[in-house]
Amino acid sequence: MAAETVSNVVCPLCGCLCDDIEVIVEDGKISNVKKACPLGKNKIMGHDRIKAPMIRENGEFKEVSYDDAIEKSAQILAQAKRPLLYGWASLICEAQRKGVELAEEIGALIDTTASVCHGSTVVGVQGRGAPGCTLGEVKNRADLVIYWGCNPQEAHPRHRARYAHSVKGMYRPNGKKDRKVFVIDVRETKTAKVADEFVKIDPGYDYMAFSALRTILAGHADVVPDTVGGVAKEKLVEMVDAMKSCEFGVIFGGMGLTQTRCRYKNLENVISLVDELNAHTKFTLIPMRGHYNVNGSGHTLAWLTGYPFAIDFSRGYAWYNPGETASNDVLLRREVDAMMAIAGDPGAHFPGESLRHMAKIPLIQIDPYANPTTELADIVIPTAVSGVEVDGTAYRMDGVPIRTRKVVETEYLTDEEVLERILTRVRELKGGN
Amino acid sequence: MTILIKNGVVFDPAQGIDGEKMDIAIDGDKFVEDVSSPDEVIDAGGRMVVPGGVELHTHISGGKVNAGRIMRPEDGRKGRIPRGKLTRACSGFSVLNTFATAYTYARMGYTTTFEAAMPPLVARHTHEEFEDTPITDKGALVLLDNNWMTIEYAKSGDLDKLAAYVSWMFNASKAYGIKIVNPGGTEAWGWGKNCSINDPVPRFDVTPKEIIKALAQVNEDLGLPHSIHIHCNDLGHPGNFETTIETYEALKDIKSSSDRQVVHATHTQFHSYGGSNWGDFESKADAIADYINKNDHVTIDLGVVMFCDTTTMTADGPMEYSLHTLSRRKWSNHDVELETGSGIIPVAYSPKIGVNAIQWAIGLELALLIDDPWKVVLTTDHPNGCPFTFYPEIIALLMSKAKRESMLETVSKAVDKRALIATIDRELTWSDIITMTRAGPAKILGMSDTKGSLKVGADADLAIYDIMPESFDPTKDYKTIEDKLMRTVYTIKGGEIVVRDGEITATPHGRTFWVNPAGKKAEAARDGMLEDLERMFRDYYTVSMANYPVQDEYIPHGVEIRTEVN
Amino acid sequence: MCVKEVILITGRTLKQGSNLENKMSDAYFDAAAQCEMNENLLTRIGASVGDAVKVSTRFGEVVVNAEKDDGLPDGHIFIPMGPWANAIVDPDTGGVGTPAFKGDPANIEKTDEAVLSVKDLIARYREG
Repeated sequence: MAAETVSNVVCPLCGCLCDDIEVIVEDGKISNVKKACPLGKNKIMGHDRIKAPMIRENGEFKEVSYDDAIEKSAQILAQAKRPLLYGWASLICEAQRKGVELAEEIGALIDTTASVCHGSTVVGVQGRGAPGCTLGEVKNRADLVIYWGCNPQEAHPRHRARYAHSVKGMYRPNGKKDRKVFVIDVRETKTAKVADEFVKIDPGYDYMAFSALRTILAGHADVVPDTVGGVAKEKLVEMVDAMKSCEFGVIFGGMGLTQTRCRYKNLENVISLVDELNAHTKFTLIPMRGHYNVNGSGHTLAWLTGYPFAIDFSRGYAWYNPGETASNDVLLRREVDAMMAIAGDPGAHFPGESLRHMAKIPLIQIDPYANPTTELADIVIPTAVSGVEVDGTAYRMDGVPIRTRKVVETEYLTDEEVLERILTRVRELKGGN
Repeated sequence: MTILIKNGVVFDPAQGIDGEKMDIAIDGDKFVEDVSSPDEVIDAGGRMVVPGGVELHTHISGGKVNAGRIMRPEDGRKGRIPRGKLTRACSGFSVLNTFATAYTYARMGYTTTFEAAMPPLVARHTHEEFEDTPITDKGALVLLDNNWMTIEYAKSGDLDKLAAYVSWMFNASKAYGIKIVNPGGTEAWGWGKNCSINDPVPRFDVTPKEIIKALAQVNEDLGLPHSIHIHCNDLGHPGNFETTIETYEALKDIKSSSDRQVVHATHTQFHSYGGSNWGDFESKADAIADYINKNDHVTIDLGVVMFCDTTTMTADGPMEYSLHTLSRRKWSNHDVELETGSGIIPVAYSPKIGVNAIQWAIGLELALLIDDPWKVVLTTDHPNGCPFTFYPEIIALLMSKAKRESMLETVSKAVDKRALIATIDRELTWSDIITMTRAGPAKILGMSDTKGSLKVGADADLAIYDIMPESFDPTKDYKTIEDKLMRTVYTIKGGEIVVRDGEITATPHGRTFWVNPAGKKAEAARDGMLEDLERMFRDYYTVSMANYPVQDEYIPHGVEIRTEVN
Repeated sequence: MCVKEVILITGRTLKQGSNLENKMSDAYFDAAAQCEMNENLLTRIGASVGDAVKVSTRFGEVVVNAEKDDGLPDGHIFIPMGPWANAIVDPDTGGVGTPAFKGDPANIEKTDEAVLSVKDLIARYREG
C-alpha cells in the first residue's frame, strides 16, 4: 500500500505543541515523521507497547481483559477512603474532563504533573497575576528574549526556531538579527551557547537577582551590592537597561525558578519585575510548560472546579491548597490509600520517599507504555496514544488550544473510554450515594 | 411532553401583554396555543409568569474567564457548594466554575446566555466551556476589530474582502455576532500603547472610527441577525462620554438590514463619564440618555456596578493595565497574536469611594433616564460591574425610589454633587423590567422569533417567580423583589422543567447558536481574501491555517443560523 | 576521594526526553542513569567518563555513570530527571507541592558498586 503523508499533525510531546508535523503512514503504521524535533519524532514513531491489561498476582503480572482490569480498578476506587488521581498531562482534554467527573464521584484528590513542574508558577500567578501573551506576539514583536532557568535546546527544541529567536516575524523580519537573547542559568547549557548573552547565577539566588533588578529599575541601584547571586552589579544594570529600552520583551521561565529555593516566591518576584517593566515598555512572561497538555489539564480543571491542580474533593466540593493537597504532600503524609496514575509517570518523576508509600497502596496505571510506575502498579490498563491514535484538544504553553489529530487506527481503548467505564461501574458500586 | 401553566400573571412585552391573568401552553420545546390533557399542569396561583431571561452580554466561557478563575482561588472559595444528586460541585463568586454559572442562571430564571467576547484563535476554549455549561442556550460574540486583516481592509476600504473575512471567521470560530472592543487600542496595546477613536492605530495608520464603520457596514451587508456589539474606546476614562457619543454619531447613516439597531453599545455605564480627572469625575448619564432618546440606531446595555469585590475582565488590555496602576492588585494580561488581547484584575467597588458611588449611580441613571425600555438591556457586564447575582437587588433599585433613598444613605456624598440618581423619581414597572431582560435583548440579538417571548412558536423558555403582581407593590416591598428574583418557583427550558422551588431538577445540554453568513455578499471576494489570509498564516500566525477553524466536534449541540444575502 | 557538598541539579535533557515514553529501554538507561560534572570534579574524585559514581544526600544514595560537561561550574553536578535522580532528591515540597528537584547538597565519590537498572531501582521501594 502506498505511503500517505498526513500534514499539519500536532505533536503530542512538549508545550510547544508544534502543529506543522508531517507523518508518513504505510499500511496503517507510522513509518516516518518529518519536521519534528527528536522529542516529538520519538513520541510519534512510538515504542513497544503494553500489549494487554494486567493485574499483579503474587508479585507477577498476569494478562487480563479490559473488563477485568476495569472491574478491579472500580472496586479499588469505590472503596478507597483517600484516593488520588494523578497525571493528566499527556492526554487530551476530553479525557481530563472525564477524570474530574470521576474524582468528584469518589471524593478523590485530583492532581496533575504541574505539581512537580509549574505548580510554583501557578501559585506565583495567584499572588501576582500573569502578564502574558500568545507565542505569535513574541514571534512578531519581541526584540528581547530572556530564557531564565530553562533550557529549550534540550526540553523545547523548536521553540527558538518557531517562536522566539530565529523565526521571522512581522516586525522582526530578520529573525535572529532583530532580537537579543539572554540566558540566565546556573550552568552554561546548550541554550546558553546559542544565546547572545549568558549570565551565570548561583543556584537558589534567582529571587535575590529579581529583587536586585527591580531595585535598579526603581532607580535605587546604589543600594544593590557588588554581586548578587554571583552576578556582578554592572551586569544587572546592563540587563535592566536592555529590558527598559527594548520595544517588546519576554521572559520564558522554567524549572530553574519553580523547583529551586523559594519556589513560587521566585515567580511572584519575576512577575512583579515584568509588571514593573510595563511602566517603561511592553513586557511579558510565558512559562515553558513541559508536557503538551499540562496547560490543558490546568484549564480543564479550572473551568470545571475553579482550581488548576492539587484539588481535594473529599468534602464534596473542590478544596485547593498546594503544600497540603498536592500529590507529594499527601503521599509524604501517607494519607493516600489508593492511587491512579494516568498520563503521568510518578514512578520516574516523584521522589523516592513518595514511591515508598506508593509501593504499599493499590496503584492503577493507565498508560500506553511501560515505565517505572508500571514496576509499582497493581493494575495496568494500556490505552491508545492521545495525539497519534486519538484526536482531541490540547492547550499550548501560551493557552492556545489546538486539536490534535488521529493519524492511525488503534485496537486499544482510549483513556476517555476507560475512565467512562470505570466511572459507570463506580457509580453502580456506590449505589447512587 | 405537554405542560399547561394556569393562573399565571403574565408579562410578555413582545406581545404587549402587561400583567394579564392567562394560561400558557407548551408542547415539546415550543409554546403552543393550547394543549388538551397536558402531561403536567402547573398552577401558578397568581404568580408572575415571564419568558426565560436573555443575557446578551456576560463573561462566562473562555480564555480570560479561566485566567480569572486560575488567578483567584480566593474567589473560588467564596462560592463552595458540594455536589448534589443532579449537580456537580460549585465554586466561585465572580469567577464561577461552569456548573455554578449554569445552575445560578437557571435558578434565577435565565435560559439564554451570550459569551460577550471570544478571541477567534482561542474560540475552541469558549466552546469547550460551553459544553460544560449545561441548561442555557448559548452563543458567542467573536472579536474582530483589532485583527490585522480587519484593520488592513478598513484601511484600504475593501469591504467586499472584509465581508468575506467576517464570513470565514464566523465559520472558523462558530460565532453568533461581531464584537468590537477598544478598536485599534488593543492592537496598540501589543506595544504597550493605546488609542482613542480618532488616533491612527500605531503602524497601521487607520483610525478606530474607520474600523468601526467598516465592520458596521459589513455587518449589514451580510444581513447578520445581531448588529455590531461595541465596547467603545476610552472605557473608564473621565470625560469619555464624548467618545461614546462620537462613536454613536459615526454610525448614524448606516442602514440596518433588519428591524433593529445598527449598533449595540455595551456596558454603557463605563462610557458615561464626565469631568477630566478622578477629582472632578461626574455622571454624564443624562447626555448619553438624551442621545439615546433622540436616536433610534443605538441600543445599550447598562453594565451596572454594585458594591463588592469582583473580577474585571475585558479585551481592553490597556484599560485593565491602567486599573492595575491605580490599585496595584494582581493583574493578568493575554495579548492574542494578530487579533486581540485581554486583561484581568480584581476590583473592589466601595460605597465609600466617591468614584465608585458615582459609577453605581450612573448604571441606574441610564435605565431611569432612557424613556424606551426596548433600548436598554439590564446587564452588569458580569463580572465586571458585579456578578449577575446582583440582578434582583438592581431590579429592586430600579423599581423603588424608597430602596434607592435607603441605599443613598450609605454611599459617598459625592453622589449628591456629581451624579443625578437622587433627583430621579421614576420607578420602572414590571413591563419595563421584563422588556429589559427578555423581549429587548432578544430583539437586539435578532432572535425575537424564538426568544424573549411566550408567543406561539417561540422556544418554551419560561420562569415563574413567587411574586403576586396583582397584590404586590414593588415600590415599597423591594426586599421581596430581592429575595424572590434569586430563585424561581419554576424555570422551564425548551419545554423541560429545570428548576423547581429554586432547586435544579434537570441539567440538559443547552444549544450553541452560531451564524453562517453565506450568499454572494459573503463569497464574492473570498478568493482574494483567502490569499491575504493564507499569507497571514504562513508568515505571522504560529498555528497552521488547517488547524485554525473550530471543528464540528466542538459544537455537538450547535444550531447553525444561515444568512444569505445575494 | 569523596567530594562533599556539591550542588545537585536535576532536569531535562534531549536524550532523556526522547525516551520519555520508552523508559524501560537501554537508551533511557544511558540517558538518565548518569551524572554530569566538569573536568575538575572528575579529576577530584578520580573518575573518568563512564565510571560508576555514587551520589548521596540526606535522603538516599544512587549509583550512576559519570559524564563530562564543562558547562557545569565547579562544585555542581547534573543528573537528568528520572528515577536515579529522584532516589536522592529532597522530597520537601516547599509549601507549594513541588519537591526540591534542584539545588540539593550532595556528596559524590567514585564507586565499584553497580548502576541499578530501572527495575532494580524501583524494587528497592517495595522493600519498605
